[in-house]
Amino acid sequence: MKILVCIKQVPDMESRFSVDPSGTWYDSGDLAWRMNEYDEYAVEQAVLIKEQLEDADITVLSIGPQRVKETIKKALAMGCDRAVHIEEERVHNRDPFEIASLITAYASDKGFDLIFTGLQSQDRGSGQVGLLLAEMLGVNGISTVVDFSLDGDQLTVQRELEGGTRATIKTQLPALVTCQLGLNTPRYPTLPNIMKAKKKDLLALGAEQLTQTASRQETIRLFLPDKKTGGLILEGDAADLAEQLIRTIKEKTTVLS
Amino acid sequence: MKTLLVAEYRQEKLLDSCYELIEFSRQIAADSSLFLVGDESTLPAYPGTIYLADAQKHGEYNPDAHRQLLVDVINREQPDLIVFSHSSYGWDLAPRVAFTIGAGQISEVVAIENQDLVVSVCNAKLRRTIKCLTAQTVVTLQAGAFPPTSEPAGQPTLEKVETDTSGQQTLSGYQSTAAGVDLSKAEVIVSAGRGIGTAENLTMIEALAKALGGELGASRPVVDAEWAEPHRQVGTTGQTVAPKLYVACGISGAIQHLAGMKKSEFIIAINTDRDAPIGEIADVLAVADLKQLVPLLTEKLSST
Repeated sequence: MKILVCIKQVPDMESRFSVDPSGTWYDSGDLAWRMNEYDEYAVEQAVLIKEQLEDADITVLSIGPQRVKETIKKALAMGCDRAVHIEEERVHNRDPFEIASLITAYASDKGFDLIFTGLQSQDRGSGQVGLLLAEMLGVNGISTVVDFSLDGDQLTVQRELEGGTRATIKTQLPALVTCQLGLNTPRYPTLPNIMKAKKKDLLALGAEQLTQTASRQETIRLFLPDKKTGGLILEGDAADLAEQLIRTIKEKTTVLS
Repeated sequence: MKTLLVAEYRQEKLLDSCYELIEFSRQIAADSSLFLVGDESTLPAYPGTIYLADAQKHGEYNPDAHRQLLVDVINREQPDLIVFSHSSYGWDLAPRVAFTIGAGQISEVVAIENQDLVVSVCNAKLRRTIKCLTAQTVVTLQAGAFPPTSEPAGQPTLEKVETDTSGQQTLSGYQSTAAGVDLSKAEVIVSAGRGIGTAENLTMIEALAKALGGELGASRPVVDAEWAEPHRQVGTTGQTVAPKLYVACGISGAIQHLAGMKKSEFIIAINTDRDAPIGEIADVLAVADLKQLVPLLTEKLSST
């Protein structure tokens, strides 16, 4: 069983963001970087399948500048066997179609049986790359998966719909699933596994050599949203804040009357 | 400008989100037609052509069959924009359609700015205006971003369509995980987010909910961590609520959560991050450590 997991490095969402001089992306200088949260579930599910089948080999793939290697190493420490780094300094200029095309250029002749991606990224959140990749590779694509089981080449998954509803889908390998939060419990890498990860294969490929695809979209501008006016910000001593909040609740709502 | 609006049908009901698609189309002054895999008995009030495929035959959702139906209609209508809701149906079907027709896709549009489409980046901390370079563009709209401004009206012209249904994936075996408390009936909801830190701290949030005569709610990470039961989840994938008072404790304000509670009459947020996106919709943001503030609030409420 050959498994591919596609992951993205994203900034910590708690960061304070500013717009870079190009006016089309955020300034990446002072940001802390981590693995896209949805992709942690993708890595974990791949590792769980490997533990279930034993005979499985997991390749983790990521696209971006050199700093992406840190996130790749985390996936290796979680249990992926080998890694591919598609080097691309200006990854944010690539639209979802180009990203999926780059992965396809690498993956199309590798015969992956099962591909995992996150449902979406936390920064751009287009939710397109996984399903476009399934289309380009000609495999069954299922999005928003919250429950996963594999029996031979029979796949049974649950998709999460709105309002606390799920639906079951059965399909066959080869397949691609996009992972929703809560699919499993992503593990923390242990120290011995972090050490082992350093010895695993990490193949670096230049994006330009893989494929040339025309952009389908462009960013006109990136900007900070206007702060809503009228929302009151309270700061200070907790006891005073409690008094103020209770007064506000009494004045503005009827719930205490 | 011509739009094709993709309405949704779930568990034998037409979803109201179709009126947001109609509103979006009105705002960009486009001629529209509408596509629905549903049933003749549940058509929207709409003054244009509805291309209707039978959900009994084509499934409420079957990506291969629905894509084929939609692509056939796109070929007939030649719309500039194909517009979906950003929902489990829309975000699943839209990229497949975009791929087939060679279009670019703009996901989860929150606003229109000079005819260009604006999306949210980094959990709503930034906004991005995007333009597609392709002849046709596929668009998904954030839930609630284009609320209808007038009563739905009009009598549609019906055009029935069908296709081969041998597609592999059909959704089946719907099951609800939301059974339990109906939060939509609660007057007060006090919700816990990841910022509560530990499962044990949920007790203090519950105590505050009780002191205010309300129900406990939770954000997705709290439910995923199994600190709270799934039926307590507020947001796109949980329950949508509009209580008289909503208190968000340690909730940063992921758009999926905001979509489920922003219609609350009065919103108080308690958060240590004064830049948290929840502050954009909160009437009051108390910048404080909830572990100090929440017990004090409960105590003072109980003694008055």
